[in-house]
Amino acid sequence: MTARVGVVTFPGSLDDGDATRAVRIAGAEPVRLWHGDPQLHGVDAVVLPGGFSYGDYLRCGAIARFAPVMQTIVDAARGGLPVLGICNGFQILCEAHLLPGALTRNQHLHFRNRDQALRIESAGTAWTNAFQPGQEVLIPVKNGEGCYVADTATLDQLEAEGRVVARYVGGNPNGSQRDIAAITNPAGNVVGIMPHPEHAVEALTGPSLDGLGFFTSVLKHLVGAPA
Amino acid sequence: MTTHPDEVRENPEAFPAAPAQPVEPRPAAVVPPAGRPGPATADWADGPDTVPRAADTPGELQPYADLGLRDDEYERIRQILDRRPTQAELAMYSIMWSEHCSYKSSKVHLRQFGEKAPPSDRLLAGIGENAGVVQVSDELAVTFKVESHNHPSFVEPYQGAATGVGGIVRDILAMGARPVAVMDPLRFGAADHPDTARVLPGVVAGVGGYGNCLGLPNIGGEVVFDPCYQGNPLVNALCLGVLPVDRLQNKAAAGPGNVVVLMGARTGRDGIGGVSVLASATFDEGSEQRRPSVQVGDPFMEKLLIEACLELYDARLVVGIQDLGGAGLTCALTETAAAAGTGMRVWLERVPLREASMEPHEILASESQERMLLVVEPEKLEAVLKTAEKWGVWATAIGEVTPPAPDGQPGRLLITWRDQLVVDVPPGSLVDDGPVYARPMREPADLILLQADRAETLPRPADPEALRETVLRMISSPNLADKTWVTEQYDRYVLGNTVLAQPEDSGVIRIDERTGLGVALSVDGNGRYARLDPYHGTKLALAEAYRNVAVTGAKPIAVTNCLNFGSPEDPGVMWQFAEAVRGLADGCAELGIPVTGGNVSFYNQTGAAPIHPTPVVGVLGVLDDVADRVPMGFVARPGGEHDQIFLLGETHVELSGSEWAWVTHEHLGGVPPQVDLARERLLADLLAEAARVGHLSSAHDLSDGGLAQSLVESCLRRGVGARIGVPERFDGGSMPFVYLFSESAGRVLVSVPRGHEKAFTALCAERGVPFELIGVTDPSGGALEVHGQFRIGLDELRAAHGGTLPRLFGGVGVVEVPAPATGVAGAVEAVPLPVADSAGMTPVGPSTVAAEPIASAAPVPPTGAVEPVAPAEAATPAEQPAAEAAGSSAPGPGDTEPGQR
Repeated sequence: MTARVGVVTFPGSLDDGDATRAVRIAGAEPVRLWHGDPQLHGVDAVVLPGGFSYGDYLRCGAIARFAPVMQTIVDAARGGLPVLGICNGFQILCEAHLLPGALTRNQHLHFRNRDQALRIESAGTAWTNAFQPGQEVLIPVKNGEGCYVADTATLDQLEAEGRVVARYVGGNPNGSQRDIAAITNPAGNVVGIMPHPEHAVEALTGPSLDGLGFFTSVLKHLVGAPA
Repeated sequence: MTTHPDEVRENPEAFPAAPAQPVEPRPAAVVPPAGRPGPATADWADGPDTVPRAADTPGELQPYADLGLRDDEYERIRQILDRRPTQAELAMYSIMWSEHCSYKSSKVHLRQFGEKAPPSDRLLAGIGENAGVVQVSDELAVTFKVESHNHPSFVEPYQGAATGVGGIVRDILAMGARPVAVMDPLRFGAADHPDTARVLPGVVAGVGGYGNCLGLPNIGGEVVFDPCYQGNPLVNALCLGVLPVDRLQNKAAAGPGNVVVLMGARTGRDGIGGVSVLASATFDEGSEQRRPSVQVGDPFMEKLLIEACLELYDARLVVGIQDLGGAGLTCALTETAAAAGTGMRVWLERVPLREASMEPHEILASESQERMLLVVEPEKLEAVLKTAEKWGVWATAIGEVTPPAPDGQPGRLLITWRDQLVVDVPPGSLVDDGPVYARPMREPADLILLQADRAETLPRPADPEALRETVLRMISSPNLADKTWVTEQYDRYVLGNTVLAQPEDSGVIRIDERTGLGVALSVDGNGRYARLDPYHGTKLALAEAYRNVAVTGAKPIAVTNCLNFGSPEDPGVMWQFAEAVRGLADGCAELGIPVTGGNVSFYNQTGAAPIHPTPVVGVLGVLDDVADRVPMGFVARPGGEHDQIFLLGETHVELSGSEWAWVTHEHLGGVPPQVDLARERLLADLLAEAARVGHLSSAHDLSDGGLAQSLVESCLRRGVGARIGVPERFDGGSMPFVYLFSESAGRVLVSVPRGHEKAFTALCAERGVPFELIGVTDPSGGALEVHGQFRIGLDELRAAHGGTLPRLFGGVGVVEVPAPATGVAGAVEAVPLPVADSAGMTPVGPSTVAAEPIASAAPVPPTGAVEPVAPAEAATPAEQPAAEAAGSSAPGPGDTEPGQR
């Protein structure tokens, strides 16, 4: 049976179509979820895509966190539902307290779009088990507020528990503390990542095919996961 | 706005976007002109200036001159109405008859685009529509257009540029298309001028801020510096849209009884412009506070508007649609009615306002962003409002379409404000009957002298060392330098269909995932060429954009343009304009592709000094399968094989108007390079065929900076070096320099994989395109070598090419970054921001050319900074991504991309 992966559309979501395409290319069935509909329609996993939900006028992700669909997702994630937050999705996960820390304005104050090298630090999550620990991948990064910050204790805890999922290498594009590009929750089912794996799934349009691994990982995870 | 967190929380099902005025009781019948409101108020400060009052007070003085209307124009309005116009009417005529809306100075020239246009069975909508629409397959059409937003961007760079993007996107949306990409041709004053440091970062952030937030990839454009734009930067914006052929929309307000709906943002006092004169002419001191400001953009609202409109189109819920841009509601109401020959009845107080105190003329003139006007059948109104509600945008029924007069004459536009009739006009009189001027034209007096002052006589570098320094100096000059600092602030990935983006010659977008069908787009202009010869300069811009599309393998099919000029009241400027239009119309006829739309921007000048005439030309091409597209960079082949490098076209001694003459001598004079569009056409046909059969690894246009620039860019794109030989006839003296820096048109640099050269050269011979084998790619050499002249390492080239903009406009370095391990990622960030020898950097400015080495002025970072940069060629494959990531939007590692054979 094909896994069903939900992709949420908030008003202002921009990469929802791209995330849907990536899910499809990975071999799963994408299911579009609407921010105002609390139902998850039986999906096996959820992607919160990039964009500027609700315009991000208050604080990135701060409004989306209260969307009806998020209430359901937060509960389901605590129950083990795999959730991947990309860029704005990462910001939403932090605002929803599924992940610690926050994403702030890039240190150089500019939006930046470039092809970014990352090192996968943890291959133990629902979204990175297709990678080898230490593997370097090339994935586009594009954000204005992608600078990951947390207090030292939190950072130390993330490091100690192996919850830093990916780090920027070859230059930090936004000033994130400890070069953090992606983190996970203690259970490993919720991952927030600032770069955009959904933009690296086709040779014709991406800098690599490395992004596909995030989406195939969750399929592997679902097959292995106890029902 | 309706998307407040509280509302989201408490009302998950629906945004309370509801129409400000429930659509309730539309009056059963149109209010007949006879059913006028009561007698005019004695003092109209107590109420609006009504139609009856205007009829009763024919002698009342009106500030028409302050609104930009001439005596005879005002007289004409009185004749049309058979009375004086009301305040609101006067505002409407003054805007609609302005140069910006009426094209009154340009109309007589622009007709050539239609008259000379080659026949095209692809054109579904042409000039006069919001944007031209071109059919590209049985099911799909594309629409594209470029527009200016120059003056607002000078006043307020961020919002000016942002709303420029927003405006062109709505034009595309109004045609029924989903906007899928944007491009931005930008021109600024001198790169090192303090005000450029104010304007450029704001404009770039505005373009990015709006486009990124709309989710539209930015796939190309231009960044040009020239002192002539110091007091008048040019911010042009292009948008591309895609639509199923049967979803084409039009603006006609057809069908009497249909409802007129205003959808999107609420209306405020922004962008009212000259109409504020009306307020200050009448009201007290406090009216100062009502003064409008530059429009402020809300890209989030526009994103919602896009989604709502597309949903309405797909559900076939609208009869007609028009965006609100310049001239706001006035333009939208009159154009939609005039297009259908119908009348319209509008209840102006129903328009949702941001400021409750707005007067009727202000509401009609407001240029508040993110609004669309829809014409909807009454029985579909509810579905339309529901869709708007779903997306959280306001939608309000503000009026209804009325029938033409019984005698077949077009209907009238009647607008009431709280039951008082404030407007009663024939809509066509504002749209079609505006003044048309054949303004005096005269060739600028200085042109003959300017053309006689040729750059071909300037001193040239004549020995290898000087040539080497010239290469480094040129590639680091602001116009030729790497523009990553700018383009990195734009999202080029969103929507997942970007196949090529800057710095490639064209942006290429896949429009059909199933078939691989795609389009290529390029925008180009050269103000210096156009200054020297506006007719040929415009043809050169067309030729360059056409060639840039052709090098990707696409077939060029349509043209758009943005004509940026000084004041049309200056006969010299008017002559330049006429010559440019004639050049573009003739050029399109010669190339066999039509102009589908465009925009004229006059009055680009500060004081008496106009900008260089700057026609910016956009060309769109079709690729049957984007997998066949040809990128610009040399390719490293597995096994280290060398591709052969050919130069197509002929090189002449053509240095006048060139980037070299400007950078090294601050010289502008002579006549621009010759342009032969028949040969451009042959070249394009050859490239399309060669791309289709897989003869090309890369193809790159030659333009500003000549062959040297193209070689450097092709090398740096993927970090692949090249070894080049100078043909015998260019041997000796300064001829190698001419070979490398001449800007002859009609030339392309291609690399051809082993095994394809015979077939490729045979094809060239068959098509009559001159070709010459000039060298080979050298993936392991790590340098650009010109035999007998110089060898420059790729790292040195990259540092020179990439360092200029960060140095001028602020570093991109990030603190807390561990020392970069490899590649240029480090190079860029390692450049110390306050450059010790920045004075020596100033890339424009006269200097001796040949004799003394310019090493000290060469734009390489100070020695200390170069050291940490590992030579790119030494990078292992694993390290390569980092190098490329920083350098540009280079494709990723490996050469797995289809289409490269």
